[in-house]
Amino acid sequence: MALIGKSGPSVSQKTDLTLNAPAESTNISAQFLEPVSRGPSAGVSEKSFRLHSGVRAPFPWSNTMLSWQRTGYHFQPEKNWMNDPNGPMFYGGWYHFFYQYNPDAAVWGNIVWGHAVSKDLIEWLHLPLAMVADHWYDTNGVWTGSATLLSDGQVIMLYTGATNESVQVQNLAYPADLSDPLLVDWVKYPGNPVLVPPPGIDDRDFRDPTTAWYGPDGKWRIAIGSKVNKTGISLVYDTEDFKKYELIEGVLHAVPGTGMWECVDLFPVSLKEDNGLDTSFNGPGVKHVLKASLDDDKNDYYAIGTYSLESGNWTPDNPNLDVGIGLRYDYGKFYASKTFYDQNKQRRILWGWIGETDGESADIKKGWASVQSIPRTVVFDKKTGTNILQWPVEEIKSLRKSCKKFDKLEVGPGSVVTLELEKATQMDITAEFEIDKEALKRIGESDMEYSCSTSGGSAQRGELGPFGLLLLADEGRCEQTPVYFYVAKGTDGQLKTFFCTDESRSSLANDVDKRIFGSTVPVIKGEKLSMRILVDHSIIESFAQGGRTCITSRVYPTKAIYGAAHLYLFNNATSANITASIQTWAMKSAYIRPYSSHAF
Amino acid sequence: MRSSVFLLCVVGLSLTQIQFSSADLVDQTCKQTPNYDLCVKTLRADPRSSKADVTGLALVMVDTIKAKATATLDRINGLLGTTPDPKTKAALSHFVELYDNAVLKADIPSAIEALKKGNPKFAEQGINDAANEADSCDRAFGGASPITSFNRNVSDLSRVASAIIRLLS
Repeated sequence: MALIGKSGPSVSQKTDLTLNAPAESTNISAQFLEPVSRGPSAGVSEKSFRLHSGVRAPFPWSNTMLSWQRTGYHFQPEKNWMNDPNGPMFYGGWYHFFYQYNPDAAVWGNIVWGHAVSKDLIEWLHLPLAMVADHWYDTNGVWTGSATLLSDGQVIMLYTGATNESVQVQNLAYPADLSDPLLVDWVKYPGNPVLVPPPGIDDRDFRDPTTAWYGPDGKWRIAIGSKVNKTGISLVYDTEDFKKYELIEGVLHAVPGTGMWECVDLFPVSLKEDNGLDTSFNGPGVKHVLKASLDDDKNDYYAIGTYSLESGNWTPDNPNLDVGIGLRYDYGKFYASKTFYDQNKQRRILWGWIGETDGESADIKKGWASVQSIPRTVVFDKKTGTNILQWPVEEIKSLRKSCKKFDKLEVGPGSVVTLELEKATQMDITAEFEIDKEALKRIGESDMEYSCSTSGGSAQRGELGPFGLLLLADEGRCEQTPVYFYVAKGTDGQLKTFFCTDESRSSLANDVDKRIFGSTVPVIKGEKLSMRILVDHSIIESFAQGGRTCITSRVYPTKAIYGAAHLYLFNNATSANITASIQTWAMKSAYIRPYSSHAF
Repeated sequence: MRSSVFLLCVVGLSLTQIQFSSADLVDQTCKQTPNYDLCVKTLRADPRSSKADVTGLALVMVDTIKAKATATLDRINGLLGTTPDPKTKAALSHFVELYDNAVLKADIPSAIEALKKGNPKFAEQGINDAANEADSCDRAFGGASPITSFNRNVSDLSRVASAIIRLLS
C-alpha cells in the first residue's frame, strides 16, 4: 500500500528531503536467532529465559514524555477520565460547561457530571461536580444531556440516566439557586424519570436528549437518538413543562444502515447572516443541520436540510449526503459533539470530545485521559452551499504572542524549509499556498482515486502534492506529523483537493495509533489553499479553507517534545513549485484551574 | 382450574424454549468470534452461560480474562524472582505493571462496569487494550518463553470478548 518516496533534488539553503517511506513497523515477529530453550521440553524449569534478542522492549514511556502530553490551552480536568461534553450554555455572565467524568480513574467508569465556568471559553475555573449517581434512575450512570434556557429565566437540564436495571431513561434537573451565576448546585426533579423507552425501542437504545426548540401550539420539542435494527433514528417528543411528554408519531429522520444515533443535535443556520441562531429559530433564509454520533464507527456526521415544524420531519438537501453517510464534522478523532446557542455573542458553538489514541496503560500512568476541542463557531458555508464552516472561537487569539511572518516562500519539489526551532509545541499557525500555474496545466490524469486514509501519507508523491507543514518534528525528522494538501486530477478530469493528517511517523512508540486521515475539501475558483493549525502538545486541530474540512489528531512523540519540537514547511510534490505565506504565533497556556474564592 | 393448568403448560413450554435458546445463543454468539472453539469451551465451562443473554456471555468471558490475567501476573512475578539478566528483569517489571495496573485494576473493572451499565462501547476499549498489552508482552519474549501460553491465552480470550461486545452495539 505505501509507496516508497524518492528523494528529490536538494535545494541550497534548504534541508535535503528525507521524507521516505514510513518507518518500519515495530511489530517485529519472532524470527530471531535465539535457540529454543530446551528446559521446559525436557521437563525442567526454564533455565535460560531471556528477553528475545534484537526485539525492541516494550515502549518505556518516561514521566518526562508523559507529562509533556498534557495540553496547554485545551479544556481538560486536572486528572482522570473525561468523555462527552454536556449541557453547554451561557448563563449569568458565564459560559458553563459540563462533561462526563470519572472521579476515580483514568479509564471510563463511575460516570458523573463535571462542571467548569469561563468568561471567554478559553480560561476555565473548575467547580464541584454538578451531578452524581445518587438515585435509582441514574445509579448506573449520569450520562449525556443538554440545557434549554427558557425566556422566563429558568434553566432546564435533561439528561440520560442508566437506572438500577440499566434501562436508559431521561431525567430532569435544574439549578438549586438561579441567583447563583455559577450554578454550583443542582436539584433533580422528584418525579424522575420523565421519559422511559417507548414501545418498540430497546432499553439500551434511548439516550442523549437535545436542547429543546419551540414547537407549534406553544409546546417545546426535544429529540432523542435511537435505532430500529440497523436503522439510526431520532425520536421527537412534545412537552409543555418538561415533566410530561408526548411522543410524536414517526421520527424526526431515519437513515438505514447507520446504526445507533448517539448525541443527536438539530439546529438552525442562517443562509445569509454570519451570526448563529437560537435553537428555536425557523423561517425563510434558514436551514437546519441534523447531526448524529454513530456508535458503529465512532464518528460525528452532519447533513444540511430543511426542518418542518408542521410535519415534524427533517429532510436532507442531498439524500446522498444524508446523516451518517455523508459529511463529518471532523475527519480525525472527534466524537459526541454538541452545539449550543451563545446568546452573549450570537454564535452557534460546537464542543467535541477528543479521546486518547495511545494505550490505556499510558493513560493510567499519566493519570488522565481525553481533552475537549477548542470551541468552534459553526456557520453555513455560503460559498459552497453544501458545507458548514467550523472555526476556533475568536477568544483563542488572546493567547497569541510573538508572531512570525513568512511571506511568499518559494518551495521547490522535494524540499523542506525550517520555520520554527523553538516553542513549537504550543502554536497557532495560518498558511496559504499557491501551486505554480504551469504545473497545474501540466498535470496528467490520475487513473486512481486518491484517498488520505489509503495513501502512503506525506511520503506518497504526486505531481501536485503533498505539501504543507511538518508539526512536532525533531531535528532529524524521525518523528513528524505532516498536515498537508494533495491535489490530483480525478478520474472525471476535475481537480480535487485533499486535506490530510499523517500520523504514521508521529511517534517512535509502538503502542499508539498512527493513522493517516482526512478528506476532500471543496475549493472555490479563485481561492488560495489555506489551512489553520492549532498545535497544543498531544493535540493538533487543523482547519482547511476556513473550516470547510477539519481534522483533529492526537499524537504522542517521544523525541519531538519540549524544546526539541520544531516546525517545518515541506513540498513533496514531484512537479509543482509551491509558494507559501505563513504566520505563526506561540501560544500562552490558558488559565484552567479549580475555582477558589480568592481567584479574583 | 383448567386455565391455570393451561398456563402452567404454557409457562413450562416457554422455560424449555428459553433454555434451548440459550444453548443456541452460545453457539450463535461464538460463531461471530474469531475463535469459535475457544469461545464455546470457555463459555460452556461457566454455569452462568446457560441462562445468560449476550451481555451475560460477554461478562463470563471478561471474568475468564480476569482470571487468566491474574495467573499471568503471578507467573511473571515468579519469573522476576529467578531471572538474573537485568534487561529481562526490566521488561518483566514493565509487564507486571501492565498486567497489574492496566489490565487488572483498570481495563477489566471498566469493561465489567460498562457491560453491566449498558454502555458496551467503553467495554470494547478496555478489552482491546488488554489484548494489546498481552500481545506486546508476547512479542517481547518471542515464541518460546514460560509466559507465552499465558500471554496468548489472555490475547485470544480478549479478541473473543471484543467480538462478543461488538455484537451488543
